[in-house]
Amino acid sequence: MPATKLSKTAAHDNASRVFDLDAMSLREFNQALHKLTPGSNETAWEALNPKGNHSVAVGVDQPVTIDVRGSVGYYCGGMNDGAAITVHGSAGPGVGENMMSGSITIKGDASQYAGATGRGGLLVIEGNASSRCGISMKGIDIVVHGNIGHMSAFMAQSGNLVVLGDAGDALGDSIYEARLFVRGKVESLGADCIAKEMRAEHLDLLQGLLDRAGVTGVKPAEFKRYGSARTLYNFNIDNADAY
Amino acid sequence: MTYRNPPTTPRKSATFDDYTLSEIRRAAATGIYDIRGAGAKRKLPHFDDLLFLGASISRYPLEGYRERCDTSVVLGSRHAKKPIELKIPITIAGMSFGSLSGPAKEALGRGATLSGTSTTTGDGGMTEEERGHSKMLVYQYLPSRYGMNPRDLRRADAIEVVVGQGAKPGGGGMLLGQKISDRVAEMRTLPKGIDQRSASRHPDWTGPDDLEIKILELREITDWEKPIYVKVGGARPYYDTALAVKSGADVVVVDGMQGGTAATQEVFIENVGQPTLACIRPAVQALQDLGMHRKVQLIVSGGIRNGADVAKALALGVDAVSIGTAALVALGDNDPRWEAEYNELGTTAGAYDDWHEGRDPAGITTQDPELMKRVDPIAAGRRLANYLKVMTLEAQTIARACGKNSLHNLEPEDLVALTIEAAAMAGVPLAGTNWIPGKNGF
Repeated sequence: MPATKLSKTAAHDNASRVFDLDAMSLREFNQALHKLTPGSNETAWEALNPKGNHSVAVGVDQPVTIDVRGSVGYYCGGMNDGAAITVHGSAGPGVGENMMSGSITIKGDASQYAGATGRGGLLVIEGNASSRCGISMKGIDIVVHGNIGHMSAFMAQSGNLVVLGDAGDALGDSIYEARLFVRGKVESLGADCIAKEMRAEHLDLLQGLLDRAGVTGVKPAEFKRYGSARTLYNFNIDNADAY
Repeated sequence: MTYRNPPTTPRKSATFDDYTLSEIRRAAATGIYDIRGAGAKRKLPHFDDLLFLGASISRYPLEGYRERCDTSVVLGSRHAKKPIELKIPITIAGMSFGSLSGPAKEALGRGATLSGTSTTTGDGGMTEEERGHSKMLVYQYLPSRYGMNPRDLRRADAIEVVVGQGAKPGGGGMLLGQKISDRVAEMRTLPKGIDQRSASRHPDWTGPDDLEIKILELREITDWEKPIYVKVGGARPYYDTALAVKSGADVVVVDGMQGGTAATQEVFIENVGQPTLACIRPAVQALQDLGMHRKVQLIVSGGIRNGADVAKALALGVDAVSIGTAALVALGDNDPRWEAEYNELGTTAGAYDDWHEGRDPAGITTQDPELMKRVDPIAAGRRLANYLKVMTLEAQTIARACGKNSLHNLEPEDLVALTIEAAAMAGVPLAGTNWIPGKNGF
């Protein structure tokens, strides 16, 4: 791909606006995305040479597609509100933090805090996610094809976390109303997180999440569900040793 | 008649005083620590321990009611395209919707706007009441991220990354179930009626190197327009200020242990953190050592009550102060007119500090629809504006007497201390001497 500064390319179905982050600043790229208005016909964007840059494609609020060709640093797609972002590489800490809507797909692995405090949209990690995946999540759906690290879904308030592989220590510590579905082994559960019955409604929900994430050949019945025991919702001194 | 030896007067222990004894009995009866707001209540070295020298043969004053004394200050000029320009160096500190009622938040916005200053959201997101009525609104970016969204981030006038607060450096927020109304629950994405304990750590960054990257993200999301403040509790003011500057902050906010609208354990409030007076000079020193004094602005809060406190803080090198408790009192908090109801709650006007319980007779720290009606946001906003005006006039009066045509020209040389402690903390001489404890080898 030629490293043009700003070019249209016929390499894709729709002509993409291609930004080469080697040739122009991250600020120019993000500001061009922020200038988009509803109904813009510039719906396909591509970023070349991200080279681990932080804050790539943050704060986008229009339903465009953004393909990032390489690995990114911290907070890629932070506060995304409607864009469909695909990272063709791995992502550093806090990918999709506080996402509102839209989707983010990581073709590789994700570092810590993936999807932290996310409020909506779908985050798909095709590799593994590190510790604190889904920390403080507030409505986002997260699907991880591989494993997740320790302290994932810490203080998770709402939304769904689906893990096709294993979960590390202290899953769902101090969890509120988020739902966790893990297909593999859970190293240990955190305070107030328990295994829960998988009812028909949960199987349906999970199937829907797997479909949206493009997961095939995996059945909802292979997962276990985890959530809050709700014993720490109102402070009781007799529970003090749970903390 | 039998002779009795003369008895001694019954003597109470200074260590086990009445309050301590009552706390032991309370703990034994309930099995839980005491939670309250209102900041540290113990006697601490404070601005009262400093005095201004005024003019003399070597310094001449400005005319009190004639000569101009500038009070304005610009915050956020380091990196932000749109810095905040305040008419007075007194801002309203962050207090959450949830902790405060909607009308109380509106009143703070109205009062601040009338006075040409800013108000601040809190650990509960941005409400229409405060956005609509605040010309300048600082949006707090807190560990809980309740209600955080890019739309509100962009309609804020500045962003304050909250690392800690004076009442509880290292502690998270706390809101008991009775204050989690439908509206509060929805804004915080939590079930109604639960005890909500917000996180004490940010979920997606740890340490100064991460903070720098987080600030970069916030700047990228808002196209480098907004000033970014970093707020810390009065723990390690020298290093926290230096690290905030290193992380790219435009403004550093240091909140001393008297800072106190936040609810937490009494033991935490009274035993963790440093007094406001002790935080100022180290924070200013850090800015000076980095060559960033007046380039990165310093806001100090925690126990600011009057124009003398404002003037003293500015003389020590602060760019602006922030008020929380005092602003609530101006709105009507702890007003003796509600004495009978305070008594029913087992307290008295002036001592009421169970702001987290939602039963505030003054209708400020509550979500009870009936109690909330007691705050008329227009009248309360006017009272806050009056109070801010008085504080400003008081500070100007002192500054003119010291010969300064701007509040920001006040300097440590205008001050002496009444106690050795205050002299050491503020770095000004003990009154009547040229002794600054800790300086010049003494």
